[in-house]
Amino acid sequence: MKKKIIKSFIVLLLIFIIGVFFIGLNNSTIYDTKSLVGQKLVNIELDHFNKKKKITEGDFNTNNFTLINFWASWCGPCRQEHPFLIKLKEENNLKLLGVNFKDQKKNALKFLNEFGNPYDVLAKDQLGKSSVNFGIYGIPESILLNKDLVVIKKFIGPISLSDYGYIKDIINK
Amino acid sequence: MLSNTGNILLLTNIFLGIFIIYFSFQNLKDNKAFISKKIYQLCLLQSTIIIISFLTLIIAFVISDFSIVTVYQNSHSLKPFFYKVSGSWGNHEGSLLLWIIILTIFSFFFLLYNKDHPKNYRIYTLIIQNILILGFLSFLFFNSNPFSLILPIPKEGLGLNPILQDPALAIHPPLLYIGFVGASIYFSAAMASLLVDYSGKRFAQSIKNWVLFSWSFQTLGILAGSIWAYYELGWGGFWFWDPVENASLLPWFAMTALLHSLIVLEKRNLLYFWVIILCLLTFILSVTGTFLVRSGILNSVHTFASDPTRGVYILMFLSLMIFFSVMLLFNKFKSRNYVLNSNSKETFILINNWFMIFYLITVLLGTIYPIFTEVLTNHKVSVGPPFYNAVIIPIVGLFLFFMSTGPRVKWIKNNFYNLNLLLKILLGSILINFFITYVFDSYSLISNFIIISALFLIISSSIDLYQLFTIRKLNLSRVVSHLAFGFLILFIGLNYNFSLEKDFNLKLGEQRIFKDYSLEFKDLQLQDFKNYKAVIGEFKIKNKTNNLEDTLYPEIRIYMKPSTITYEASIKTSLLKDYYITMSNIDRSDYYNIKFQKKPFMIWIWISVIFISIGGFLSLFKNEKKNY
Amino acid sequence: MKIKTISFFIILSLNIVNAESSSVEISSILKNLRCLICQGQSVADSNSEFAQTIKLVVKDQIDKGRSEKEIYNFLIDKYGEWIVYKPPLNRVNFLLWIIPYLVLVAGGVIIFLLFKKRVNHR
Repeated sequence: MKKKIIKSFIVLLLIFIIGVFFIGLNNSTIYDTKSLVGQKLVNIELDHFNKKKKITEGDFNTNNFTLINFWASWCGPCRQEHPFLIKLKEENNLKLLGVNFKDQKKNALKFLNEFGNPYDVLAKDQLGKSSVNFGIYGIPESILLNKDLVVIKKFIGPISLSDYGYIKDIINK
Repeated sequence: MLSNTGNILLLTNIFLGIFIIYFSFQNLKDNKAFISKKIYQLCLLQSTIIIISFLTLIIAFVISDFSIVTVYQNSHSLKPFFYKVSGSWGNHEGSLLLWIIILTIFSFFFLLYNKDHPKNYRIYTLIIQNILILGFLSFLFFNSNPFSLILPIPKEGLGLNPILQDPALAIHPPLLYIGFVGASIYFSAAMASLLVDYSGKRFAQSIKNWVLFSWSFQTLGILAGSIWAYYELGWGGFWFWDPVENASLLPWFAMTALLHSLIVLEKRNLLYFWVIILCLLTFILSVTGTFLVRSGILNSVHTFASDPTRGVYILMFLSLMIFFSVMLLFNKFKSRNYVLNSNSKETFILINNWFMIFYLITVLLGTIYPIFTEVLTNHKVSVGPPFYNAVIIPIVGLFLFFMSTGPRVKWIKNNFYNLNLLLKILLGSILINFFITYVFDSYSLISNFIIISALFLIISSSIDLYQLFTIRKLNLSRVVSHLAFGFLILFIGLNYNFSLEKDFNLKLGEQRIFKDYSLEFKDLQLQDFKNYKAVIGEFKIKNKTNNLEDTLYPEIRIYMKPSTITYEASIKTSLLKDYYITMSNIDRSDYYNIKFQKKPFMIWIWISVIFISIGGFLSLFKNEKKNY
Repeated sequence: MKIKTISFFIILSLNIVNAESSSVEISSILKNLRCLICQGQSVADSNSEFAQTIKLVVKDQIDKGRSEKEIYNFLIDKYGEWIVYKPPLNRVNFLLWIIPYLVLVAGGVIIFLLFKKRVNHR
């Protein structure tokens, strides 16, 4: 009897391990900081792009929705997503906060002149240190916030057509 | 052309495998005491053909036949000859073919070299080994065919990732495969042993040399991997507890445990089922490791192009292997009463196994735990060096202590061990440790513990070595391996604790001063080479009194085919220390990121590992002499 | 007498340990952080954009006087537990930390039981 219990335990354990391996195979291994979704952003502090001032929560807790977009002139995929950001600018419900990431002012301005400026507010993060507070690990990345500054979704990589559709749906609900 | 040849050869081999299994069953039925000549011939043919098919692949690489996908993806016509050849097993498909070669050759040699064992045991081993061969062959042929064609035929290949172009890595797979694929033969033998009830001393003798052989090569294979990581990855470490590294270490633990308990089975006819479990476990762990590495289920530094469909196949194969071995084991298992004396050699060997299993479970758990958290809780965790260091290191000291005393204990029963001598050794170890900390002028509790226990093992093994020449009753191979293991732990301990490591940014012409050294960024040059461009820095290391110690030339290489940037460390090795500098550019800045390291006794770590495996080879040599 | 000498040395060594464990080593922290965008490399070993940023942030936090643990918690908060190589002991990672020791204890018990059998045989 005792032996039988031990045997069935071993068999079940093995089945369990192999089952987990099997499911694990089909999981994607791309990492995103999804743990931030549903959290409220606090203690936001960003340098303004032009002026010598800080951007804090107070600057956008009046918006219904905010999209924080991290970009740089040296980043290729940022060019890809730019047209969608320009389109999103037309939405009344949404304000765009751009964060210029580890960039030179000259190049950033050139980039905006060339492709248009979709941002309602533009901040800069010259050393990339402030971005850590937003769980950013590469650019482009964007964070969609609601009125209460709770993260609704994180977009890793350039905003695609479907992401654009998703954002439009959410803010026009 | 080559593609067809290769495919025909592989297909022939599949049929040969089937024939061998068929004739083996036929052979079991007749009453002759010998295995028919036909089977020997078929096995010889099988080995020859698989080797020819591998040669075909090597030729395809050497003549750069880009009509073959594997060659196109992993080679380039401008690549040096040596790396063209080694490129043939530096990829998934080719390495799998190498894997099958080892399965096949081991199968043949096991048949050839065990003529004094009963026929049905040998035949069943052959059958099971051939089932394994067939499983992997069909995987190779249908899923990962190294001879697949590509149309239209590309003019040029994509090239081999430059960090894989390294002599240590070129020999790494063959060594490692002889190790853990070689374990397949005692997997098969263990299954056969259960099937035909061939147990006890004779069984132990039939597999002993195979275990020793694969263990020695596994040790060397792990070493080659470490050396590669040290020279190529550019961060100055040699072991990162990375999933791929762990995958090679897991079978090693199982083999080491097996190696020791086999002695008990051979000498005392004890622990039969435990030995069987270890035999099965070793190869199951090898396949598990392959699954983890090749399926892409885990993130790793050592990117093997991964693909989930491969994962599914290997996982199915693995499940079948586990299923059949567990079922067979359950069926045949009889509990036996083991009679042990607390102060006998078999007890100390059990203690060795106890620790090996602890290491094995810890490393296995650490490796696969992230998969479990992700699947079950959708929560991603990393298990890395600090985890293993925290769990394993405190236990190592205890292990080394048993390792020093164990071998001196006699079989069955021993009078209590000479406590006085032990205390003397301990005192000596502490004194030397004190001296070491004085010389290096740096200190930590855990390192002390490790260094003291390593010294303890070294001293007691040295006494053994001395007695070996005076009394000549001890086992030389054991003493060599144990002594080398003591030195390995000692040097790792010293290296880990007394390395100097500095990470900073420097511009050309600047100088950085540390406590005992200064480093000057003297020069920067751009040079063109055959298949890459290099930015070469010149760094002068000066000591306290401003005398030049050494000049190092780290490089940033820009490869064209495939376009990759690699950071080549510049390493100056001497008997007492290595200087290690890597330099990397910082985007949009004139500064370069410099990693400067001084690593004491680096070369001795490699030498110690070589001696550990020499111990294994010595024992093999001795057994051979005894047999003839 | 000998035991006294040994304990003397052990105590001596412990004292030196206490003397030297004050400052937080930045490199040891960086080694325990995963570079999220790299293939299995630590932040210390990588020179990627991400690793450079994290190096700066860790340095800042050390300058601010944060402890090693506080820095890990801050980063776990932002990036999840994947960023640290030493999983914190919590509900999810409980088994990871406990099983190795369970195995160690179980192995010891099994070996001990084998001796006991011997005693019973007499």
